[in-house]
Amino acid sequence: MTLDPHNLLAILGMAIATFATRLAGLALAGRLQLSPRAQAAFDAIPPAVLVAVIAPSALATGWPETVAALLAALAATRLPLLGVVAVGVAAVVALRALA
Amino acid sequence: MSSLRDDALRGLRDIAPAMLAAVPIALLFGALAAGRGLSPLETFVMGALVFAGGAQFAAVELWATPAPIGAIVFSTLLINARHVLMSASLAPKLAGFSRGQTALGLYYMADENWALAEKRARTHRLTPAYWFGMLLPFVACWCATSTLGTVVGAALGDPRRFGADFAFTALFIALVAAFWKGRVTFWTVAAAGLASALTYRLIGPPWHVLAGALFGLAAAWLAAGDAELATEARP
Repeated sequence: MTLDPHNLLAILGMAIATFATRLAGLALAGRLQLSPRAQAAFDAIPPAVLVAVIAPSALATGWPETVAALLAALAATRLPLLGVVAVGVAAVVALRALA
Repeated sequence: MSSLRDDALRGLRDIAPAMLAAVPIALLFGALAAGRGLSPLETFVMGALVFAGGAQFAAVELWATPAPIGAIVFSTLLINARHVLMSASLAPKLAGFSRGQTALGLYYMADENWALAEKRARTHRLTPAYWFGMLLPFVACWCATSTLGTVVGAALGDPRRFGADFAFTALFIALVAAFWKGRVTFWTVAAAGLASALTYRLIGPPWHVLAGALFGLAAAWLAAGDAELATEARP
């Protein structure tokens, strides 16, 4: 159970950077007068961000991951959250075995 | 009082699948952190203070002895730049929160609890009870299981064998589906996915997150403009 001071400093730096990004939106939120188009872009933030985070894993890893991602997307049209995760994980294990 | 309890339980119920999906990710994270020389306590402290899966993975990827603090903090800032847009979108929905609740609540705003809160806000008023009902178990579970990962990681073997590394991707796909609004979302997802994957290949992480998010927003802006013109053209 060690806590190296240098490592702690790095972790604190990460914590401050992260909290800054999480708080910054507060300052932005009140000042936005949005046109309908800008509103549509604003509403698109959730899917855009989520997809941007996972795209390398889904599209730039290999065909098993890309196919498994498509199957998970298909499952997402009718299954709840955990069901989609189960389908995606099972598919990637099976497809990697084939690859 | 009972509505407070109901809201907290509702939050717990909503976050439960995401929390469970994060368990293998957290174990994997702990195992990687231990491999880079982070102690169980340091891994726990990072989870409790930073609580940002993507940034934590990237940091561990950069970790060495001594830790390159500048590179780690810069990578964290870039990967979490999306939080600015996320909190800007969430902030107006936190109307009933005190200042302290807003600050503490936003401190632990991650992709999953934020996405679920945005979804909840479409049909209900967001309450502190609901938000913290999601947050507390989620943060506790992430810290506990990532610390556990530093201890048992080596024993589990390659996480790829169980597809554990893909749980994160599948979970995010499921979350995207919750935001589906037809054509505009389709173009958003297509542009964000292509821009992110290409940036990842050509330039490298962590720039893909920012590029993907910005191209996704641009696509939504363009696609929504088309829709406006189409409805105007109709008599």
